[in-house]
Amino acid sequence: MPTATMRTLLTLILLSIAGFTAAQDIPFIKAGQISQWKNADTDTVYVLNFWATWCAPCVEELPLFEKLNKAYAGQKVQVVLISTDFKRNVESGVKPFVRDKKLESRVVFMDESNPNNYINAVDSSWSGALPATLIWSKRTQFSQFFEKKLSYEELEAAVKKAL
Amino acid sequence: MKKAHSFFRLPVTLPFALALAFIALSFAPANPGYKVGDTAIDFKLKNTDGKTVSLADIKNAKGYIVVFTCNACPYAKAYEDRVIALHNKYAALGYPVVAINSNDKDVQPADSFDKMKERVKEKNISYPYLYDETQEIAKTYGATRTPHVYVLDQNRVVRYIGAIDDNSESPEEAKEKYVESAVDALLKGQDVTVKETKAVGCGIKWKKA
Repeated sequence: MPTATMRTLLTLILLSIAGFTAAQDIPFIKAGQISQWKNADTDTVYVLNFWATWCAPCVEELPLFEKLNKAYAGQKVQVVLISTDFKRNVESGVKPFVRDKKLESRVVFMDESNPNNYINAVDSSWSGALPATLIWSKRTQFSQFFEKKLSYEELEAAVKKAL
Repeated sequence: MKKAHSFFRLPVTLPFALALAFIALSFAPANPGYKVGDTAIDFKLKNTDGKTVSLADIKNAKGYIVVFTCNACPYAKAYEDRVIALHNKYAALGYPVVAINSNDKDVQPADSFDKMKERVKEKNISYPYLYDETQEIAKTYGATRTPHVYVLDQNRVVRYIGAIDDNSESPEEAKEKYVESAVDALLKGQDVTVKETKAVGCGIKWKKA
């Protein structure tokens, strides 16, 4: 009898934890992840968007990536929203933001204090300004980099070419 | 089937990539900005005290630390105290900071000239904080983000372009202080070792066409 109660209690605790963590977790990545994605032997098209919660044009642009993520859910398109926020703001800023905006695309945090470690790995033409987006397919040898806020048309056109 | 598909894909992609490269090149602005070694133009820009400032007006300068920055960008804010510290350390040695805000006030109202004045007052800023209203200077220099630093020598030859240091979030943890190293080298009459770096920053808020 006490065991059964405990089991119920445990289930309840587990359920409530699951409820709290239903919003996606935000994995930390290192610079090396960029080249791993670029060199991965896969026919996936990567859409890597660099953003930050404080970057107004980035935040305006996020719904386009969400739309793309939904529209191409059945295809080999991987949208990754790479946050370049300050590390100290991940818990207090990025996570609540992702939860409140109900972002469904994959969100990761770029855990590099020196951006020189990854900027050139993304694209040598990138000056470092946000927002920035790379559309990349190893299979079709497609690469297009944008250092600006995109329109959905531009984004989709690049993805279509990359597929 | 899949093989054949990708086989036929290749010949299409290559010309396409070339065409893209061509388009990218032909659309690139005539002046993509300065590279290390170029001679930068002087300017006449309005300071927050209402007076016009040129580099040539600055007495006893052995060079200049030109910082494209603004009021609102969190990265610019994170670096503000470090920019003030750079000026406090190097102005007396002949390398004053000259800060320039090129953001369009219609796109980012917090970067208006009036807000610049408030910022100077709040932070007690003693270096010129200039308003590049036409965005001409940012375009000519090739500045794309804030903060974006150009260290110039006495002849306005660009000797360093890039970030202030390698850690925007915590100054205590910065290992490489790029601007300090560049200016220290120049003061000793030496060549700058790290001449160019990149940094994540807020894109300059260009006027809407």
